[in-house]
Amino acid sequence: MSRRAKIYLAALVLALIGVTWALVRLFTEPRPAPAAAATTTAPAPAESAHITATLFYASSDGRSLVPVRREVPLASTVVDQGRQILTVQLQEAPQPYVQVIPEGTTLRAFYVTDRGDAFVDLSGEIVSAHPGGSLNELLTVYAIVNAVVANLPAVQRVQLLVEGREVDTIAGHVDVRRPLERDDTLVRDGRDGDAPPQEDSNPRK
Amino acid sequence: MALATIPQAQDATAPPPLTLVSRDGRRTVPTTISGGRELIALDDIAALFPVAVREDSLAGGFTITYRGKTIVASADQPMASVDGRIVALPSPITRTGRRWLVPVEFLPRALGPIYDRKIDLRRAARLLLVGDLRVPRVSARIEATGPPTRAALAITPATPVNIVAEAGRLVLTVEADALEPVFPVTASGLIDGVRIGDQPNVVVIALDRQAAIPRTTIATADNATRVAIEVPVAEARPAVPAAPATDPRLPLPDTSRLPGLEPQPVLQTLAIDPGHGGDEVGVRGAGGLEEKQLTLDVARRLRTLVERGLGVRVILTRDDDRTVGIDERAAAANNGKADLLLSLHANGALSGTPSGAEVFYDELDREGLAVRSAVAANSVSLPVIGGGTRTIDVVPWELAQARHIDASATLASMLEQELRQRVPMGQRPIQQGPMRLLSAANMPAVLVEMAYLTNAAQEKAAAGDEFKNAVAQALYNAIVRFRGYLEETAAP
Repeated sequence: MSRRAKIYLAALVLALIGVTWALVRLFTEPRPAPAAAATTTAPAPAESAHITATLFYASSDGRSLVPVRREVPLASTVVDQGRQILTVQLQEAPQPYVQVIPEGTTLRAFYVTDRGDAFVDLSGEIVSAHPGGSLNELLTVYAIVNAVVANLPAVQRVQLLVEGREVDTIAGHVDVRRPLERDDTLVRDGRDGDAPPQEDSNPRK
Repeated sequence: MALATIPQAQDATAPPPLTLVSRDGRRTVPTTISGGRELIALDDIAALFPVAVREDSLAGGFTITYRGKTIVASADQPMASVDGRIVALPSPITRTGRRWLVPVEFLPRALGPIYDRKIDLRRAARLLLVGDLRVPRVSARIEATGPPTRAALAITPATPVNIVAEAGRLVLTVEADALEPVFPVTASGLIDGVRIGDQPNVVVIALDRQAAIPRTTIATADNATRVAIEVPVAEARPAVPAAPATDPRLPLPDTSRLPGLEPQPVLQTLAIDPGHGGDEVGVRGAGGLEEKQLTLDVARRLRTLVERGLGVRVILTRDDDRTVGIDERAAAANNGKADLLLSLHANGALSGTPSGAEVFYDELDREGLAVRSAVAANSVSLPVIGGGTRTIDVVPWELAQARHIDASATLASMLEQELRQRVPMGQRPIQQGPMRLLSAANMPAVLVEMAYLTNAAQEKAAAGDEFKNAVAQALYNAIVRFRGYLEETAAP
């Protein structure tokens, strides 16, 4: 072994010792006092964590729903997680996709029953600002239903409410009086509305 | 045309304005009451008729000239000289300020003889008829409060009439230029009132919310057309007893004018639902075409084709631009015992790319599938007078479509095939979806999206007669084919 090789070996051993010491110190010493966190506005570790949720937007040609994976803040309960998912779903769509829920629509309430039915209460803009048409209405309804069911295993069906009340339809066609199951008939995986559906889709019979 | 208002004396009251009806259209003619007599301003006469009016201040009167013939009249005189002949008037000609006022009878008595078209004043009906017009008198009366509520309309002289049952009302379109109504009929039983519709030749009978689609019969005798109307109570919600094929159906409005009618046809009543309406515009294209306009236009064209070609009674869930709830639409079809429901719509997308027609039929959810399999189990057998039993299926109102879903799928397929021959089709020409109206329809039912109004080329095409006629014809052809399917499935 040459002299240079011996020097490299010694340096490596020293580095390993240093890393080991640092790790032992990290796991054996007490964590910093919470007083530091109390004096800052930084979010708690649980609030800064995220999940990757599958949200739904229209393809650029407006023909289909496209599943898009987005970061959503992690929440501690199913209901809180549902609120976080819907809050992001209602925000602007990432490029090149198109938002299918009318601008200005807000989430008024979200809750889940023991039977696995989620209630999504939205503001009136979803009706008043809807552009109309069966296709658009189907995209709007199933973007919401699919976003909830796809990401919350505890939920099987979604009941839409508008301003706290059951409504017949959002735009005159699709029956939303009863809870709806996830439906991937209009879902296409990719930017081209003509692409075949994704493998895990669950098309209507 | 703006008409000058009449300066009114303090004791004067304004009666309902007269309506001038001519081949050119309708105009409102203001009048005023003074001294118990109805008067019209000379200025208004000059505005309504192409006559020359000249005031003769020295003689204290005026002259009216039309094609060389002259009327001479003087203030405070209850008469006028008409082309040399003296004509009496019921009250004197007066002058108020700078305006001349003449009794309304001046028009038929003085102007009529020198004018080249007939002038007919029907004060009770507030009509001023100019020219040879067909303006039959229509009287209405309630014969029995009921239920069922019975009413009778008489149209004199006898005039053809077409009757359409809509949600909450019965619309009678008389082949006339206008009508002279002998109303009013106060609300009685299941009839809320009788009035003249938006068009001068239309009578609208408003029905109570509890009313089912009325039965109507038309008969002509003694130079009068008589319409007998019987308004039954609507079937109770939420259960909708499905009608067996042997149930008595509604009589046709006028079978003598409807050729090709079989004794017991399987398709007797068609319900057409023009989507949206009133405040609910639906999709609006960039060029301004609104879905509610297109759906009503095509619905009317289809109604004409079906009535003339098949002799089938047609129910329109709306026949004007008004907001109609989805339950009202379903009720019109269900209570009218329609054998088929076509809901007409136009589509919209978030980009201008999608185009083409699409046909939807209902998608059953868990409850709907359960109903479909349980219909037979839930059947109720009721004894029938004269012996035997009759089977009634008890189906919740909102799941009425469950028992017709296979027929609806067949109808959707036929519509798609016929539409494809005449108009562009969408990428998903046949779809299933949880459609609100269809789910409540107790008969085979489909929703047709005729075109995408968000596609510029489609919007432009949809505004034209060629497209609308093509869609109506395709729908008509599919109805004819579906009638054959019904006959096959109904055959023993």
